[in-house]
Amino acid sequence: MSKNRLTAQADVPSKVTVRGTHRRPNGARIMRDVLLVLAVFAACVVESVEALTIVLAVGVTRGWKATMRGVTAGLVTLAVIVAALGPALTVIPISTLRLVVGGLLLVFGLGWLRKAILRASGFKELHDEAAIYARQRAAAEAAGRSGHGLLVDPYAFTLAFKGVLLEGLEVAFIVVTFGANQNNIGLASIGAVAAVVLVTAVGIAVRAPLARVPENTLKFVVGVLLTSFGTFWGVEGAGGSWPGSDAALLGVIGFVLAAALAAVWWLRQVHDRQYSPDRPGADSTEPVPAAGGRR
Amino acid sequence: MSRVVAALRGFGAFWWDFIVGDDWRIAAGVVLALAATAALTTTSVPAWWLLPVAVTAVMGLSLWRATRTRD
Repeated sequence: MSKNRLTAQADVPSKVTVRGTHRRPNGARIMRDVLLVLAVFAACVVESVEALTIVLAVGVTRGWKATMRGVTAGLVTLAVIVAALGPALTVIPISTLRLVVGGLLLVFGLGWLRKAILRASGFKELHDEAAIYARQRAAAEAAGRSGHGLLVDPYAFTLAFKGVLLEGLEVAFIVVTFGANQNNIGLASIGAVAAVVLVTAVGIAVRAPLARVPENTLKFVVGVLLTSFGTFWGVEGAGGSWPGSDAALLGVIGFVLAAALAAVWWLRQVHDRQYSPDRPGADSTEPVPAAGGRR
Repeated sequence: MSRVVAALRGFGAFWWDFIVGDDWRIAAGVVLALAATAALTTTSVPAWWLLPVAVTAVMGLSLWRATRTRD
């Protein structure tokens, strides 16, 4: 064991629990739990809003019977994934879990953050739920009808099922990995369920895609939080220790947030230079380039 | 047979897209940075600073590649 690890462990009053984790001081644990719920809640709001857009478009155009069956099947599949993966992860040694989960969260988080930075700086179109809703409705109206029995409308069932499952899969992974890492899958699930209930309730009330939810800002926040947690756990999983123990998480969040805001500022300058009407050979009708792939 | 291959390919493509995403360099950079951090913990040099710096560099590089003009 390296010298700095011995020093850091000696400085932090902690008790070893059954899983080999260190029981942290109360204040730090509460802060991490709050951040955990916040990250899962925000990620789940974003994905729920996107799933709601698909479900609304399909339900309004194709009818609600098959659509709701698809939604139910998607939610049950997600619950099975969380129920199966959650306990399985808790038997993995905590350092291995933190290394793997830290790496996965970093890859997910940097993906969210990259997209959010490109959108905030003008290099990628902003996510527009109203436009996506219109596209989904047109596609649902154009599709043919077939099926009987349980699958009264296979198109509506499949689209609703895929929408819920694919949008929810990332959140399921976040719930499982965050929860297992902090030994509190229940708390992570509460954050996710609260977001789904909130978005569903608002969706039923307004019966329209939630275009006014600041989705792009939320994605930026989630990207910062996932990247920060991934960095924090990645270092601990790799065998390192943070100065100040859990309190360092706030410093990591501040660092990632500052770096992300600086990147937005830098790329806005680059964007203005690249698409300035004054630059040599500029064409005012030039489209914004599509940087990055999915969604 | 070709249907099985297509299904397997689709399955693999889904997980690649789900985990790796838009830029494989980010995933590769994260793996390298974690390995370097693990290596640094075996020395007497503090290792906590390496991952935040590496993550910032990986993100900066990915953004630069995504936004540079192709003249």
